[in-house]
Amino acid sequence: MNETLSLQTMITPQTAQAQVSVGSPNAVIDAIGKLLLDAGKITPDYIQAMKDALVEMGPYSVIAPGVVLLHARPENGVLEPCLALMTLATPVEFGHSENDPVDVAVAFGATDKEKHIAALMQLADLLGNEEVMKRVKTAATDEELLAAVRSYSTG
Amino acid sequence: MRIATLCGMGFGTSMMLKLTIDDVLRAEGIKAETYPWDLGSFKGNKVDIVVAPTDMEPHLRDHPAKVVYIRNLIDKKEIREKVLAAINEVQSGGSPGTF
Repeated sequence: MNETLSLQTMITPQTAQAQVSVGSPNAVIDAIGKLLLDAGKITPDYIQAMKDALVEMGPYSVIAPGVVLLHARPENGVLEPCLALMTLATPVEFGHSENDPVDVAVAFGATDKEKHIAALMQLADLLGNEEVMKRVKTAATDEELLAAVRSYSTG
Repeated sequence: MRIATLCGMGFGTSMMLKLTIDDVLRAEGIKAETYPWDLGSFKGNKVDIVVAPTDMEPHLRDHPAKVVYIRNLIDKKEIREKVLAAINEVQSGGSPGTF
């Protein structure tokens, strides 16, 4: 059995930030990437790799209305499995045909194809939970945002 | 029955899709294998159904398998309904396609 990580242990005070003001997809990636960089989870290369991935893959990273999931490959500079959550003060257009604009950004770094899976599924559950997402989107401070995530139980 | 879930890299979106579909298959008692793949590595593989994000459509035009496009990748209801409809369609007479 592989070691797995939970969403609750991966989203920390260092990797949750509320109501960030940025004006473009690249600025979103810079801002959320900085959280993971400052937390010591990725190298600066990973931020560029997430930007390249968005260009390469197209806007399907906007996985649900208003939600973008950003990531690159393990070999692009992930030091430890990690996850960051950021809400945007002003929604940003990513160019998706239906799910724009984005006001919730998630970035993750995986070190292999397994360890982040449990957290990813919990994340999908959280993002699909209307009540929790209302709290996430209205959180005015980083503390409120983290409290909103903590209010979500995987049980 | 073989079902491929696709995304650009094969371990983010496609993995989330795979796990959601596995839950649906288990609940419905349907026997099928699901594979999370990236766009580069799924070519040449024989599958019955491909499940992919809506905006990947330009990459998937003109190929033989039944393709299901999902708009909201965290909406279990949308995934469930579209995938079950595709399975029914394939079971009632489609033939597996090769990429």
